[in-house]
Amino acid sequence: MNWLGQGTERAGKIAWIVALAFLLVAPFVGVYPIFVAQALCFAIFAMAFNLLLGYTGLLSFGHAAFFGGAAYVTAWLLQEKHLTPELALLGGVAGAAVAGAVVGAIAIRRQGIYFAMVTLALSQMLFFFFLQASFTGGENGLNGIERGKLFGLIPLDNDLTLYFFVLAIFVGVFLLVLRIVHSPYGQVLKAIRENEPRAISLGYNVDRYKLLAFVLSASLAGLGGALKVVVMHLATLGDVRWEQSGEVILMTLLGGLGTFAGPAVGAFVVVGLQNYLSDRAGSWTTVIIGAIFVLCVVAFRKGFVGELLAWQKRRARKA
Amino acid sequence: MPDINLQALPGLLMLGLVNGSFYAILSLGLAVIFGLLGVVNFAHGALYMIGAYAAWYINDRWNISYWWALLVGPLLVGALGVVIERVFLKRLYKLDPLYGLLLTFGIALVLQGVFLQYYGSSGQSYSPPDQLSGATDLGFMVLPNYRAWVVLASLGICLGTWFMIERTQLGALLRAGTENPALVQAFGVNVPLMVTLTYAGGCALAGFAGVLSSAVTQVNPLMGANLIIVVFAVVVIGGMGSIMGSIVTGLALGLIEKLPIVLGYPEASNIVVFVIMAIVLMIRPAGLFGKEK
Repeated sequence: MNWLGQGTERAGKIAWIVALAFLLVAPFVGVYPIFVAQALCFAIFAMAFNLLLGYTGLLSFGHAAFFGGAAYVTAWLLQEKHLTPELALLGGVAGAAVAGAVVGAIAIRRQGIYFAMVTLALSQMLFFFFLQASFTGGENGLNGIERGKLFGLIPLDNDLTLYFFVLAIFVGVFLLVLRIVHSPYGQVLKAIRENEPRAISLGYNVDRYKLLAFVLSASLAGLGGALKVVVMHLATLGDVRWEQSGEVILMTLLGGLGTFAGPAVGAFVVVGLQNYLSDRAGSWTTVIIGAIFVLCVVAFRKGFVGELLAWQKRRARKA
Repeated sequence: MPDINLQALPGLLMLGLVNGSFYAILSLGLAVIFGLLGVVNFAHGALYMIGAYAAWYINDRWNISYWWALLVGPLLVGALGVVIERVFLKRLYKLDPLYGLLLTFGIALVLQGVFLQYYGSSGQSYSPPDQLSGATDLGFMVLPNYRAWVVLASLGICLGTWFMIERTQLGALLRAGTENPALVQAFGVNVPLMVTLTYAGGCALAGFAGVLSSAVTQVNPLMGANLIIVVFAVVVIGGMGSIMGSIVTGLALGLIEKLPIVLGYPEASNIVVFVIMAIVLMIRPAGLFGKEK
């Protein structure tokens, strides 16, 4: 096993080093740091989601609840409780973990298509909760949130400082997910994805593995959402809507389902596309995103990274 | 002790029955499609919305009779279903069923987005036809005629669908196709055609519900989106195995949804179906009418 897929170890490592080098210099070569920071938050979200769909084979259609829910908690902790950003982020992640444990415990009672419907329904329930709860600001959301000082020392108001803070967290999440996927625990998850009855017959307590995967995935999705609050100064209902759950699926699918790099790549593509389209296509954006969804399912199921890997494999076979 | 509002009870229950009728038709359509195609049709809500728009167009814009809308709406949505199945869905049958859900999700986004583009998010409404407007005083409550019609028409179409699937030759083929499509094909039945028509039929049911709803609710592009998620919960509660189960669960949940309002907690009305779903999953994961695998 390696970072990108089988048989491409060196190419994969080089690709990651190039990507990291680019992210390190991006703000100095004219790329708007807030845009990249925002995309990195979604990349964390998509990697968290892929941990569940790509590596465990569970399609959650409700991950926005954890992403947006953690965003609300973090925003509230920053604005009302005046906590430092790292504590507010931890609070958001803890909230997402608890929500993930509850939703996960209910959802893993069904498999496949039902699992997707159950997670969608439960996330819709959380949506109504956030709509009506007093601490979320209802339809208006929470706006104008101060970033505060990291550890009470380093002010994050400077966009460049913030950017490197977000990048550091992204790299941390990246390494963590890499560790999870390649650990014995990650191998069991893959076994469950490939053949659940067999994993059961081998004596694995499949439900416990699935629940832990769900909680981990929800927590990391929450980290992405919480971090986005710090970057964008706001938490809104849009982050907990089912459309957002659909979007993270699109990111994962477009980048390459079950590939390690795919979701992050897909997140950059989708966020970039949305930024590009919002000025030019306005309200047609949803239609275009939907059309890409359809095309992707019908004709581009491997996604960018998946196609790249398949191409490399073909070339390796020829050589 | 919260105020229990008995005065409003019959009216609320009637409203619950109307909602329940829509849940019943929509979950029935989902169950029929899922049975044969193994696809959970996320576009169901958008198709319901298109049925409602068709009715609004026919009634309000073109001034053609409501009764024509009742016929044309489902046919139009069914035709759209034929296109969706032939162009997109049929490419996915060999794959994981999750791809069908994702595909129809994308289609739902496109349809909804197009209507949002042309009609904005504000609602359109029109009044029901003369024969169905007005209300009947039943003594204990005043019953709006159109609501009674919605419930009766929905029950009629649900029972008709049930009869067709469970009691006719065609339905027998359909059930056989659900069990073993390869074998039915071997008997000389055109299974791909059957699949297309089943999908179209399920979609037409959604269109029918849309037409019915168009005169009791605001017609807007997002009307199906939120409804479909509740219907998913209904389907999880009932289990998709049984036609009658879908109908009964749909009606019952429509009624139960209004209970929090009767008891004085209207905020809880939005989530009561989801809470019931969670409870059912804990006690009977396969759903009330579903078969344990």
